[in-house]
Parts: sequence; structure tokens; C-alpha cells
Amino acid sequence: MGERASKLKTVRLKTPISDEDLKSLEIGSVAFLDGMLYTAREGVYEKILNKGETPDVDFTRLTNVNFHCAPAASQNDDGSYNIGAVTATASFRFAKYLDRWFSETGTKVIIGKGGMSQAHYNELYVPHGAVYLTTVGYGTGALLGRGIVDVEAVNWLDELGIAQAMWILKLENFGPLLVESDIHGNSLFERNNKEVNERVEGLYEGLKPPALARYGETRNKTDELI
Amino acid sequence: MIKSETIEMAANEIMARAAIDIPEDYKSGIKGMIDMEKGDLSAFVLEAMLENWEVATEDRRPMCGDTGVPRYYIKTGNEAQIEGGFIELEHRLRRATAQATHDIPLRPNRVHPLTRQDNNNNVGMNAPEIEYSFEPDTDWIDITTVHKGGLFGTDYRMLFPGDGIDGIKRFFLDVLLAFGKRGLACQPAIVGIGLGGSKDTCMMLGKQAACLRTVGSRHPQAEVAKLEDELKELGNTTGLGAMGFNGNSTVVGCNIEVGYTHTGGMPMSVHCFCLSSRRATARLYSDGSVDYRTDPEWFTPYMRRNTVGWDGNAALAGAAE
Ligand code: SF4
Repeated sequence: MGERASKLKTVRLKTPISDEDLKSLEIGSVAFLDGMLYTAREGVYEKILNKGETPDVDFTRLTNVNFHCAPAASQNDDGSYNIGAVTATASFRFAKYLDRWFSETGTKVIIGKGGMSQAHYNELYVPHGAVYLTTVGYGTGALLGRGIVDVEAVNWLDELGIAQAMWILKLENFGPLLVESDIHGNSLFERNNKEVNERVEGLYEGLKPPALARYGETRNKTDELI
Repeated sequence: MIKSETIEMAANEIMARAAIDIPEDYKSGIKGMIDMEKGDLSAFVLEAMLENWEVATEDRRPMCGDTGVPRYYIKTGNEAQIEGGFIELEHRLRRATAQATHDIPLRPNRVHPLTRQDNNNNVGMNAPEIEYSFEPDTDWIDITTVHKGGLFGTDYRMLFPGDGIDGIKRFFLDVLLAFGKRGLACQPAIVGIGLGGSKDTCMMLGKQAACLRTVGSRHPQAEVAKLEDELKELGNTTGLGAMGFNGNSTVVGCNIEVGYTHTGGMPMSVHCFCLSSRRATARLYSDGSVDYRTDPEWFTPYMRRNTVGWDGNAALAGAAE
């Protein structure tokens, strides 16, 4: 990694991630993972939480790390898989499933894009002792792809398709990731947003507002969209 | 005559190049930003991206797991002859899209918006989009593919002449702040701006400005070029760096394209081409040879003509008056 990276603390974690490791994570540290994770998007949450279906392969016995992602993958003629690159998808939209998901699967770590809101950390993560690791960029798909050494199993590939299926993936030095939230609900994004927001008023100073407003528009630029 | 087999081969090749190899102009733009970046976290992200692009090229794997929604831009010489005509050209582009999706592999991102049905090959109704432009006095065709990702970073607004440059700056800031926080737009971005036209033209021009012009390119009209510089500078003072961390790396390039518009309005669109600014172009000559490059050279003097007729480069001068 580059010169500026050396200024950041780096940790290497093994899955399933232990309570001790969870406790020691500090926001803003760089993390790499070994072991296993599973992917889950809308299709998977709907199936397990709302339709009560059980996957063929019980992922909860294998790992406690959930990756909000769909890989660029294809199936070879012999049935094996070709995983190219993997990149996270924006996590805020999965918030509504999380409370039950944490309870029912024992998941402790979410890896994704963009983090979640402070309210979500307080209400969903902290009570379950869970943390959020964010991917970097977010376009580090090739680097993360290199960190995936094998496909352990795929649940619902035919029914949900490549993008929505649950992939259970084996990892080696999977990263870089950044610790976005810790077990107390401190958040790197929230901390940065606060600092950015302090300057926002000044940015708009002297610029007159447009003649025509829009429905539902906020004039408060410190608001967030997620 | 340009053979249909050559079209399919070249289309496959640019699909792979776009997905895997970051264009040099964008990469050097980002390298330049790292040295200027004050925030350590933001600089760390940019360094990781440089490493990521190296790994992508080394492993021949896509640079980003979200391989975007592949589409094509065709520029055809007025004298070009295509075997089987444009129907065959479109057929070959659709075949190449499906083939490349499997072979590279790309993520099959294209689904029906309501049923969510996925053909698993990035082909479907109105997908991939194919847009056309023409070039006088030549017989080659250029095929460009763009794999733009990102659900975030694009917006449109009808402004009015009285809103002036203030209105343009405000809306520009609005979009950067809205989508730059948490790095939803995966900045630093090539920000493309469409100014004028009708709503659809405005969106189209802005998107093309983001995706089909390189970092460091400038609009030939002085007033427009000046605004490009101003907006780029303004965009880098928001305090947002990569991933929305504190810093000063939001806009790596700002490209504006204009279209004559209704006298009462000043529509504006903003588009962010992300850390995976993926584009690749092939030029197919009538003798069967093919050249590859990363600058689509889409906005030719002919495209930007401001006159009724076309009399070569003189038409551009007309645009500046
Ligand atoms: S916006 Fe670009 S870099 Fe970010 S995840 Fe999407 S394709 Fe990748």
C-alpha cells in the first residue's frame, strides 16, 4: 500500500470474528480479513425473513460476516465459478431488515458501501454488538476480487440469479476495508460529515437561490439523503 | 466495406478494455490529486485505487465489481459502408455484450424494471443503448463503449436565465454535497454538465460530457471553458475528499456541453463519472484494420457546429461569436 496508508493503523482479522476482536476495533483503522463471508441483498432478506425459507447451506455456522455485494461472476461449463471483481452496494437500503437479521443469524459484521446513519448504529448495531466495515473507493473491485480465493457455496443461484444469490466466499487477506463504526456506535462518516457541514454555509455565501423552488426541497445542506 | 465480424471482434475487445483498464487521462488526474490531497484518509483511498487499477490490469479482472451498464456510442463516417447495414451492426453489438458479460465476466446488471427479470447477459429491451453521430468526409466508424456505474451522482434542474451563474453554481454544489457525502458518487469524478437543450438533450449532453470527454479537455468556446475551470475549482473546496472524508478531491475534471435552448429557460444536468471512469474506443477502417484508444473524440467540430451548413472548421468560429 501507498505512503499515506502507512499513517493509518492496520489490523488483520479472522472470521468468525471474535467478541474480543470486535471490541478492539477503532474507527478509521484499515482491516484485512481471512476466513469466510456471505453476501446478501434484497432477494436473500425477503426469502429468509419474510418467506421463512431455509438455505441449502447454513451460512450461520460458517461465518458472522455479511457483505452487501453482488460479484461480477459467471459459471463455467464444468459448474465451477469464475469470480472477477467484487464491490459493495450501498447499505442504507437494507436497514429495515437488520434488526431481525442480527437476531436470527448471529451476524456481527456488515461490510458495505456508505455506512449507515447514526440512528441505525444506535438502534440496530449497538444493541447487537455489531460493527460496520466499509469497502474503500468504492471501486476497489479488483483488489477485493483477489482476496476471494474460492466459492464455498451458493444459495438460490437459479432462483435469484447471479446478482441476488447468496454467495459464501473464502477469503485470504481480503481488503482493504476501513472500520466505519465501532461497538459503541461511533462512526467515521458521521464524524467527517460534521466537519464538512461546518463549512457548508460559507460555500453558498453570496449565491442567490434559484427563482423556482422544488417540492420537498431542503435548503439545509447539512441534511443527508440516506 | 467494414465487415460485421470485425465489428463483433472489436466490440468484444473494447468491452474488456473498458471494464479492466482505467484510461490514462483519468489515472494521471487522480495521481495529481493525491499529491495535493490534505486529508490522510482521502489520500489513502486514492492510493488504494491506484493499486486496484494495477491489479485489474495485471489479473485481467474488472476494476470494479459493479461493472456498470454497458452501452455504445457509434460515430460513423458519412462514407462508411457496413456489411449488413445498421441492423447487423446492432446485432453484433448485442452479441458482443452477451459474450463479454460471460467471458470477462461482467456483472449481469440489466434487469426488467418491474419484473426484475435478468437475462444474465446485460442485454434486454432498450439495452444496451446505442447512440449515433456522424462525421463528414470519411469512411471509418468509431465504436465507443462506456460502462458507467453508480446509482448516485446525477440530477437535473430547470433553471432560468435570471438565475445566472449563481444558479449554476448552487445546483452544482447541491449535487456534489448530496452525493459526495459518504462518497456515494465514488468521487473524485469527471463531472459532466449539460447546459441548455430540451430536458432530454440536456441530460444526454451532460452524460456525454462526463463519459466521452477526457480529463483535461476543454470546451472550445472561451466562456464555457472558463466556467469549466471555475466549477472544477469550486467543486474542490467543499471539504469533501474521496468517500466523503475530509479533503479536497471531489472533481478531477469538469466538462460542460451546451445546446441551444428555449429563450425562457436554462436547464442544467450534472453527471458524475466515478472512480471507475470506464470507456474504450475502436476505430474500424474500410481496409479491415482496427485502432484502439481511450479518448472517444466524440465532440468533433462538426458535432458542435453553430451554423446552418457545414463548411469545415470555420463553423466552430461561428460558435464563438
Ligand atoms: S460508482 Fe463506479 S466505482 Fe463506485 S461502485 Fe459504482 S461503478 Fe464502482
